[in-house]
Amino acid sequence: MTADGRSFDTRVEGALADPQLQQALGNVRRRFVASRAAAKAALPEWGALSDEAKAIKDHVLGHLDLYLEAWERKATAAGAKVHWAGTASEARDTVLGICRQVGAKTVTKGKSMVAEEIHLNQHLEANGITPIETDLGEYIIQLRGEMPSHIIAPAVHLTKAQVEADFRKAHTNLPADRSMVEPSEMVAEARGILREKFLAADVGITGANFLIAETGTSVIVTNEGNGDLTQVLPRVHVVVTSIDKVIPTLEDVSVILRLLARSATGQEISTYTTFSTGPRRPGDPDGPEAYHVVVVDNGRSELLGTPLQPVLRCIRCGACMNHCPVYQAVGGHAYGAVYAGPIGAVLTPALDGVMAAKDLPNATPFCGRCEEVCPMQIPLPGMMRHFREQQVAMAKAPAAQRVGLAVWAWLAGRPGVYRLVTRAGMRVMEMMAGRSGRLRRLPLAGAWTRHRDLPAPEGRTFHDLWAERQRARAKP
Amino acid sequence: MSDAARAKILGQIRHAVGKVDGDAARRTAVEARIAAHCRGSVPARASVAGGEAMVAFVARLKAASISVAEAAHLSDVPRLTADYLRAHNLPARLRMGADPDLAGLDWASAAPLEILSGRAEAGDEVSLAKAFAGVAETGTLVLTSGPNNPTTLNFLPETEIVVVRAGDVVGGYEDAWDRLRAAYPGGLPRTVNWVSGPSRTADIEQTIVMGAHGPRRLHVIVSG
Repeated sequence: MTADGRSFDTRVEGALADPQLQQALGNVRRRFVASRAAAKAALPEWGALSDEAKAIKDHVLGHLDLYLEAWERKATAAGAKVHWAGTASEARDTVLGICRQVGAKTVTKGKSMVAEEIHLNQHLEANGITPIETDLGEYIIQLRGEMPSHIIAPAVHLTKAQVEADFRKAHTNLPADRSMVEPSEMVAEARGILREKFLAADVGITGANFLIAETGTSVIVTNEGNGDLTQVLPRVHVVVTSIDKVIPTLEDVSVILRLLARSATGQEISTYTTFSTGPRRPGDPDGPEAYHVVVVDNGRSELLGTPLQPVLRCIRCGACMNHCPVYQAVGGHAYGAVYAGPIGAVLTPALDGVMAAKDLPNATPFCGRCEEVCPMQIPLPGMMRHFREQQVAMAKAPAAQRVGLAVWAWLAGRPGVYRLVTRAGMRVMEMMAGRSGRLRRLPLAGAWTRHRDLPAPEGRTFHDLWAERQRARAKP
Repeated sequence: MSDAARAKILGQIRHAVGKVDGDAARRTAVEARIAAHCRGSVPARASVAGGEAMVAFVARLKAASISVAEAAHLSDVPRLTADYLRAHNLPARLRMGADPDLAGLDWASAAPLEILSGRAEAGDEVSLAKAFAGVAETGTLVLTSGPNNPTTLNFLPETEIVVVRAGDVVGGYEDAWDRLRAAYPGGLPRTVNWVSGPSRTADIEQTIVMGAHGPRRLHVIVSG
């Protein structure tokens, strides 16, 4: 989860000034939000399902060792080869080892955030194996050498004109004068190119949305069917997933599936939900001969039993980013991490350490929409606050913020002085604003007033108003 | 590497949740919860059966861009299949598995349909499969892999036709799981596919386009 070397502020300024990005982000604001609202409204049992989904995950996290062991027993009995990886580097090497063992040259890949998190593609490429992303969005960003900007819509930051340019540059064997106006033409082109890759691949790598302890199963959810072609055609299927994905039973996964697609895209259910248990069985006409599951920890077990444990309930629907005013304004790349949006602002410091992503927990207006739309009820703003507190405690917050907070704390502890200072401050600001009632410039708040005027306070302080109200109430 | 990593991860989890290995009561409770596989809240829309489930199932298939034909008897399937292919200007050639319900039909009655059997190949344009069940809740087809049911039929061709027996249409996902447990007491088939529409993508400017990688067209024949 590396940043690109630029500071967070620089990335944000770049994002705000990028007209193509701003055009593309309009689609997030318009479509995802409205579709999810409609899907939720059409399911009266939403609240009950969300409560149950949260309870299922909380229960599993309290007994995660046992559910992982139960899943492993069933999966192994069905012929799966289970691998455990404590770190990203162990996970990369495990997948590389499997590919080498079968002499793989090209591997197709379904969308997997864990594979992004462990930087699997770079590792395979460095070792002479060509990974080909097959989810259309992932394929596009692979051509561009970018990270996904969204959990479920990795290329949501791009316009079709940009995709057209990328395709013309990459697919040089096709006629240069071909028409590429409509998204359908670009989809058809990618389908043709990727179909050959599916048929030629030696190994198919997918993620898993869930592991089911009851049956030893891994589950993927897609709309394109790319994950299915990835896992059914090659000789070897490798699932790269993480310890937090295990769910007790098929009934439990049904509860969560009712929330996943509705939260993500507003669909009632994704087009394809695929439950895989072991490799090809005797007599089966197709399917992989070998089925490996790489179970990655990469920092997750350290979150158990801490205030950050609830983040492990996340089912990666992306609703928090779709509804976040910061994400809507700057997109995913500004976060400079594999996981963007509110969930990224928590997951990135949670997995990489508070100083690896110090700006992200501060990139929030604390409006609470992320928590409100989270089907797993993860208290994301509270967790961002947790990281902010850590930063202040470690004296790593910006100096201005630390000094400001210290001054405020000193004042707040002395109510008499506080009232005096706020009254005086208001007068000064009123005078500075003059007749317009607006401040064009304010010392220490230049970042605010550079873009807009600050309305000057009017009338009396809150304390005065409150005291007056209490007096009025006390009168018989 | 993997064994050491396994011990370390599980040890770390036990430490974090404040438990020790070999806690028999905890293990028994977890195993009992899995064995009981209790249902959670089943939405009202999924708590339907019989004719009501069928009406909801067909309506949701259509809402999900799946075309639907109804056959009074299984023996009507070859004719309805041929009609569909003709109406869509598709070749009179299809690939299917060895499902006894389908393989036992009089395909010659719908001549000149050419039937290829086995797993789907790259050049196949049309496939025919039989669903294990249909779920009314979301208009979802449940397909299972096995010697008679190649999974590739559901993903390689551009057009897929799926036959669902009316008696196999259930209300919710949980009903389908109960049927699967009864039909496969030894554990799930290698692959269980829930299919709820033609393949689609919205990755370019969130414009929905059908036929991303899997079938562009999905046609369901509901048969008595």
